[in-house]
Amino acid sequence: MSLPQPKDPVESVKAALPTAVLDVTAFRGDTTLVVAPEQIVAVCKYLRDTPGLVYNFLSDISAVDYYPEYNRPGRFGVVYHLLSMLYKRRITLKTYVQEEEPVLDSVVSVWPAANWLEREIIDMMGIDFNGNPDKRRVLMPADWNGHPHRRDYPLGYETIMFSFNVEEIMKHKPKATE
Amino acid sequence: MGVVSSKLGNLGVVTTTLDQVFNWGRNGAMWPLLFGLACCAIEMMATQASDYDMSRFGMELNRASPRQSDLMIVAGRVTRKMAPVVRQLYDQMPYPKYVVSMGDCASCSGVYNNYALVQGVDEIVPVDVYVAGCPPRPEQLIHGIMTLHEKVRGESIRNWAS
Amino acid sequence: MTLMTPDKSQENQQPTQWEGSLEELKGLVSERAFTGETMLLNMGPHHPSTHGVLRVLLELDGEEIINLLPDVGFLHTGIEKNIEHKQYEKGVTLTDRMDYLAPMNNNFSFCLAIEKLVDLDVPERAQIMRVICLELTRINSHLVWLGTHALDMGAMSVFLYAFIQREKILRMFEMISGQRLMTSYMRPGGVWRDFTDEFYTALDSFLSVFPSKVDEFQRLLTNNPLWIDRTQGIGIIEPETALAWGVSGPSLRGSGVNWDLRKAMPYSGYEQYEFTVPLGEHGDVYDRFYIRILEMYESVKIIQQALKKLPRKGPFRSENRKFVPPPRAELGRSMEAVIHHFKLWTEGFSAPDDEVYVAVESPRGELSVYLHGTGGTKPRRVHFKTPSFMHIAAMPVMSKGHFIADLVAIIGSIDIVLGDCDR
Repeated sequence: MSLPQPKDPVESVKAALPTAVLDVTAFRGDTTLVVAPEQIVAVCKYLRDTPGLVYNFLSDISAVDYYPEYNRPGRFGVVYHLLSMLYKRRITLKTYVQEEEPVLDSVVSVWPAANWLEREIIDMMGIDFNGNPDKRRVLMPADWNGHPHRRDYPLGYETIMFSFNVEEIMKHKPKATE
Repeated sequence: MGVVSSKLGNLGVVTTTLDQVFNWGRNGAMWPLLFGLACCAIEMMATQASDYDMSRFGMELNRASPRQSDLMIVAGRVTRKMAPVVRQLYDQMPYPKYVVSMGDCASCSGVYNNYALVQGVDEIVPVDVYVAGCPPRPEQLIHGIMTLHEKVRGESIRNWAS
Repeated sequence: MTLMTPDKSQENQQPTQWEGSLEELKGLVSERAFTGETMLLNMGPHHPSTHGVLRVLLELDGEEIINLLPDVGFLHTGIEKNIEHKQYEKGVTLTDRMDYLAPMNNNFSFCLAIEKLVDLDVPERAQIMRVICLELTRINSHLVWLGTHALDMGAMSVFLYAFIQREKILRMFEMISGQRLMTSYMRPGGVWRDFTDEFYTALDSFLSVFPSKVDEFQRLLTNNPLWIDRTQGIGIIEPETALAWGVSGPSLRGSGVNWDLRKAMPYSGYEQYEFTVPLGEHGDVYDRFYIRILEMYESVKIIQQALKKLPRKGPFRSENRKFVPPPRAELGRSMEAVIHHFKLWTEGFSAPDDEVYVAVESPRGELSVYLHGTGGTKPRRVHFKTPSFMHIAAMPVMSKGHFIADLVAIIGSIDIVLGDCDR
């Protein structure tokens, strides 16, 4: 059985979906396609199904928050890492999401694996995914306020107890009873 | 025990105090709750496994049900999501019950001073013995349990039967 | 969803009711659950065979599982957020505590990401040392998995035998790193210290004995009719489904997909070692079990080859002083070393404002790290895609139509660690 010749992912996506690719960056040997947010599902489907590309495995979806610098096209970046097991190579897709309306289309229809990865982003970053079948919180308790992985969410630091401030802290520290 | 068994001969009669019998019984078979949270639970398993063998101290049975256990070893970090569960398990245990807080995370949340963790399990359940370490070695855990035994030996039935 | 808490005032009137909102389960469980035809049953988070604090909401018809909703997050520690507030090298300590059965793998993946981000070299000898540690960790993790998996299925003695061997590995880790579990042994640019002489002796004696011990485990389980009855034909996942659901590692190879990152996309010099990737056929619990057993033999082979290659003396950490602190002995002699030491331990090194992605083969599957720098000394974002997270997400696919007792076997066979899942 002969494999179809591997294609250059950047060129093929640009040719097939001309409006989708906004930018191409390379860093330390990794190629990143910056994709228009409304086209992300189409690009994923194309990369998965085209002979010569076959990015069949969704490695990761993660989100990054550029607060407070705003030096990118949007406050949030959502990053998709795809893996082609046939050609043993990876590609990164990146979309920027605006602060005012953090919504993306879900890629669950392409890879069911995206379900929980997206749920984690919904929970921890507060970016909504249209079409995700299960939008309950996955890591935090259901009644939690806020999205902890945002950069403007505080770490929740508690003052460390020393002998000079122990009384002050013990005054408000909860203490369990029988 | 207040008596030395070799002195008994064939009398078959032991005189002792009720306190001592109770405490002897509670120390000799203190069944821990099978309750692992995080990394420390692995060390707790190691404590019960072949090399360290906690059953030497009458703890060979880890009860999966809180109703059958006397000792809760909080092994690992307690998150805010897990905290109600821990408290409920504690409430379900029958008296007299003891809690060992195993490891830094359970005692004071250790290296994680952040939003997700309860800053010390003593905020939700009363703790008898704290065991330091991240994670504590099995010897440390055994020492912590020996310390608890000592504490139990000093208790009196009058204080909890009321 | 809140827990079912007994309310004293209603105790005599009616049994405890489900307090969570049924509304939010619409579309997730079948319609029959709402009419009461099937039963919703809570399993966990405190359950002896969920390997930690996994909670599963089961929809049952009799004893048959119709639907299964895993609920994780009971061990969410905020490690990713905490690393954002720490310098790069100090973040390594936290990664140990994610997958606490394979701490070296977590250290390694995070260090690999940092090395890629700042373009740091790792000496050849350090890479070999890393491989030895990684494979030891793999054996260590598989031993715990074997013990607990067998324990869940009612085979007590395997647990005790497996832990005897595991203690030997933990003692070796203690010799090189000073800690049994949370080693933090891998650091950006290499490893923390050189192997000690006693480590070599202990490793040699361990390697000579260990394969025969795995044979012993096999005699207890592999052909045991009870074991075969409990595991064969249970929890089948087809290769296409497994790929679509992001299953990786031994669980994927159990379905017959020949994919091992160590072979396919080698890192840290794995291409220099000869080993085979064991493959299953049916994708059931038994195949996943048998693959992990065979992987232990392969790991021993890799360690033996690495030991042959490893020179006893040589560099174990990069010499790039901008990222790697100088050894203690140099501090008394060189002013420059003092400056580097001071800078690295107070401020830390800075990394570019860009993103890298690395993936390694952890004992459970593909563990990948996404690291985004700020240009300063702390990362902007770290994200770990952990195999346990993906495997728990794929659990419903495997367990529909099976009994609850089989669910215990399935949970054991995908080798989940909740610290790994929740981070």
